[in-house]
Amino acid sequence: MIKERALLIILLVAVCTLITRLIPFVLFGGKRQVPKAVEYLGQILPPAIMATLVVYCLKGADLFSASHGIPEFVSVAVTALLHVWKRNVLLSIAAGTACYMSLVQVVF
Amino acid sequence: MKETVRFAFLKTIPVMLGYLFLGLAFGLLLQEAGYSFWWALLASTIVYAGSIQFVLVSFLGGGTSLPAVAVMTLLINSRHAFYGLSFVEKFRKMKTYPYMVFSLTDETYSLLCSLKTPAGVDEKKAMFLISLFDQMYWIAGSVAGAALGQVLPFDMTGIDFAMTALFVTIFVDQWREAKSHLPAVAGLISAIVCLLIFGGNNFILPSLIITVGVLMGLRGRLEQEVKEA
Repeated sequence: MIKERALLIILLVAVCTLITRLIPFVLFGGKRQVPKAVEYLGQILPPAIMATLVVYCLKGADLFSASHGIPEFVSVAVTALLHVWKRNVLLSIAAGTACYMSLVQVVF
Repeated sequence: MKETVRFAFLKTIPVMLGYLFLGLAFGLLLQEAGYSFWWALLASTIVYAGSIQFVLVSFLGGGTSLPAVAVMTLLINSRHAFYGLSFVEKFRKMKTYPYMVFSLTDETYSLLCSLKTPAGVDEKKAMFLISLFDQMYWIAGSVAGAALGQVLPFDMTGIDFAMTALFVTIFVDQWREAKSHLPAVAGLISAIVCLLIFGGNNFILPSLIITVGVLMGLRGRLEQEVKEA
């Protein structure tokens, strides 16, 4: 039963993901002009969405627990600062993740 | 043909490292949640979208209704709709059109956008191979993660932070390239306020709706700022 639900969820996510990828080709595949409002949102929405996703990832950080969310915020800072400095996606992700893993496993 | 394969492979090396690593993290998470590598293979083959697959693991944990899963997927991936806008003309001329549309991830998009093919390389084939290689890396990483999760000799607690870190790096890159920081700040404030009001499981939808509303309201001002920058 649980696995059936899991299968349903994966299929649903697959279909919805495909829909988001199909939209521009279905709407603007012909010679139709892309509406100005859509073009505007296309330009400015991505950073806002990414900010929302970062908050989504950090929602589990409990400020009132023993760790006070310190591992999360320190590791985000390490990732961001390293990325501002070195601009190397892999390095930033690897260092931030290593930082987080050692903080939650060893310190807290 | 050999030249084209070599060209496409070299272009995808950075994505290979990233996808193997992130795929591994996804596979491990899935395995920790109680799902074998077959599930990783299935998800990475038919969903194939990094960020939503991590969120998918939390969906599998229960607590999220199916309509909420659908809406969150549509919203989180809505950025894909904007990627396609750049390739409407180009993909249509390709025999592999459906696959190109399906496989347009953040990373593949960034590779295809900046692609300049030298003489002797078939551009359309190179684009297809780049898309295909990228998905192979993703599948390989996630299946390996789910299959090896139990035999890895070290504690993997906290590996899921790789997703947070990925979003942080994309956010930093977007912040640097943005002509106005207003959208990023609006998204951040709206997300935090909605998180406090609606709680962790329900805040994304109201937050994105408010963000879109605010950004549409600021359209005149923002378009001006972008033009002046």
